[in-house]
Amino acid sequence: MSPDDPARHPEGARRLTPARVLDVDALLEDPHNRIVVCCGSGGVGKTTTAAALGLRAAERGRKVVVLTIDPARRLAQSMGIDSLDNTPRRVKGVDDAAGGELHAMMLDMKRTFDEIVESHADPERAAAILGNPFYQSLSAGFAGTQEYMAMEKLGQLRAKDEWDLIVVDTPPSRSALDFLDAPKRLGSFLDGKLIRVLLAPAKVGGRAGMKFLNVGMSMMTGVLGKVLGGQFLKDVQTFVAAMDSMFGGFRTRADATYKLLQASGTAFLVVAAPERDALREAAYFVERLAAEDMPLAGLVLNRVHGSGADRLSAERALAAAENLEDPRIVDQDGGKAGVRTSPGNSPDPHGSSGSADSVPDDAAPDTAPEAPDTSSEISSEVTPAEAPDAPERSVDALAAGLLRLHAERMHLLAREQRTRDRFTARHPEVAVTEVAALPGDVHDLAGLRDIGARLATGRPEPGA
Amino acid sequence: MSRLQVVSGKGGTGKTTVAAALALALATEGKRALLVEVEGRQGIAQLFETEALPYEERKIAVAPGGGEVYALAIDAELALLDYLQMFYKLGGAGRALKKLGAIDFATTIAPGVRDVLLTGKACEAVRRKDKRGRFVYDYVVMDAPPTGRITRFLNVNDEVAGLAKVGPIHNQAQAVMRVLKSRETAVHLVTLLEEMPVQETVDGIAELRTARLPVGRVVVNMVRPQVLDATDLELVRETPRAELARSLSGAGLGGARRGGHAERLVDPLLAQAGEYAERHALEEEQRAALGELGLPTHELPLLAEGMDLAGLYELATELRKQGIA
Repeated sequence: MSPDDPARHPEGARRLTPARVLDVDALLEDPHNRIVVCCGSGGVGKTTTAAALGLRAAERGRKVVVLTIDPARRLAQSMGIDSLDNTPRRVKGVDDAAGGELHAMMLDMKRTFDEIVESHADPERAAAILGNPFYQSLSAGFAGTQEYMAMEKLGQLRAKDEWDLIVVDTPPSRSALDFLDAPKRLGSFLDGKLIRVLLAPAKVGGRAGMKFLNVGMSMMTGVLGKVLGGQFLKDVQTFVAAMDSMFGGFRTRADATYKLLQASGTAFLVVAAPERDALREAAYFVERLAAEDMPLAGLVLNRVHGSGADRLSAERALAAAENLEDPRIVDQDGGKAGVRTSPGNSPDPHGSSGSADSVPDDAAPDTAPEAPDTSSEISSEVTPAEAPDAPERSVDALAAGLLRLHAERMHLLAREQRTRDRFTARHPEVAVTEVAALPGDVHDLAGLRDIGARLATGRPEPGA
Repeated sequence: MSRLQVVSGKGGTGKTTVAAALALALATEGKRALLVEVEGRQGIAQLFETEALPYEERKIAVAPGGGEVYALAIDAELALLDYLQMFYKLGGAGRALKKLGAIDFATTIAPGVRDVLLTGKACEAVRRKDKRGRFVYDYVVMDAPPTGRITRFLNVNDEVAGLAKVGPIHNQAQAVMRVLKSRETAVHLVTLLEEMPVQETVDGIAELRTARLPVGRVVVNMVRPQVLDATDLELVRETPRAELARSLSGAGLGGARRGGHAERLVDPLLAQAGEYAERHALEEEQRAALGELGLPTHELPLLAEGMDLAGLYELATELRKQGIA
């Protein structure tokens, strides 16, 4: 076994599959890159990642707009986009020494839909559509509208060509994949046979050659009318008739946006946390992006834990904690028979956490209460003012607590690593950047800057 | 105890897990519970380590004391064809509609129709009786859409009964609302002790209350064990590093002198304690925020070995112990 053998340390074996490290700064700085799409399942820190990437790119000299879907209130406030007006706003407090700018906007799905209608129809027709009850529900409620409108807005922002880089956060879908499917689904509906059926009474009636077909279609609309209710069907028909002239446009736009996503200059980042479900979604997404020819830049693994003391294994930490908590089995450095005493020790605060439970209550009294353990090398540093006994005991209890905390951290680390390895084994081609877990949420630019730095480092700092 | 238990929560909080554990807990002692999935993710199958669930009620687990958990993944499209068949005997026409894309339209695009079908199927299971007039299921537990969409999802009445003013869809929507707004139903929200999930929970409950949907309980999931208590955290600040080093050394972790193994452990261990303290304080803040809701609140532990079938039974036992079932 060579000295460099990673197996020397119990944790050294953790990195079974050294994944490629994603170079975030190169991605953000390359002027060829114009769009970064952050996707992933809910609750993995997508929005924060998108905002942090935007800020980092801006402070490295690029003119950036971040399109967020549903940011946490305080994060939105810190970026000055807590009002939902569908217009990019310049974010204040960004370091513009490198000549960059950060703009941010929050998607207003209904407003975006309205804007499309307004730009494609004459004012009278637009008013008819906007006032139609079916449209009002469709624009606010249809399961894929948010996804579609996010892509629509992305297309609009890109078309304006005002920004060097657009960072998009994707909607918190039940499944991250809805994001790829929704535009197509809406497109195929708008383009589909059903639309023609719905339009049938209005359009097909006159054409003799269509008569037979027309009978079938009337029957269908009859059925639809029965099921949905006549008024609803009428609303839909009115809506469809009014929108008819716009369908071509819809379809073209959906296709254009889809192509834009496939183009070079677009980079997808799959965001995940080192948890089974999130990484399973991430793996699925990686496969799906490949199938759709979408350019994947890499995986952002958020909330990864590390430890500055990762050479101390969970097992050793627990054993040492037990030593400190159980006076009878202390390992003695100096070989002295000194025994840590615990007269008057308060009830074990960690009673539920381990073998300390098994110490019989009558085990302690026969140890020598007047002999606090002073066996280690630096015992003379104990200040005389301190009571010799109680503080000694508390320090041991604290040390034991710290060791138990460490053991828990090491278990978490091992579990995260296993989960991660399962992903990298399946997708060794995917570059990964890891972001260390933070104790709390991020709600200011300083926090975003910190996340950005961690994104660019690629590995959690030791001790984080 | 309400017979329809709806479980929602922000993405990533483990609502599917909680719904499954709740179904197991409710089925304990010879009861029968139906666990319903509405989002087509097959999360229940993964959790119970079985193959993908079809659109069919099938027994998926046995609860302690002879209870049974059935599971159903509701497929909106098949549910719609069911209804068409039920109301109109539309076997062939149903297929024709499907070919035209009308079914697809109705279940994915027509606002609310999909949700009426999903909630409608769950409510049908709640009301279903056997030949002797007893309820087929003692409880129906729904793994519902996330907090951000739950009110809209359950409140289909506004949407659909308003749009489809007559017809079976309209009647169906109204029948469903009668169940959902009654005491037969309780909507539980799953959260973590983190800022965003708690904020969403608070907002979600306000929305549910405005819509007059029956709010049940708050379940705090994945609660980390308390390793250091308040006294420990105070000691972390006050204890000289040298003393800690000496203590670690005494436990057999190497030398306590500067540069010794034990001494070098002090900084990282204290850093971890610092993170713990910070997180602990944030968690207490979130706990307080949840406390202000004035709802029965339950806490489920973070399972050290990750989530598996054994863990699911552990959580079910915990729920029973806490009197949720």
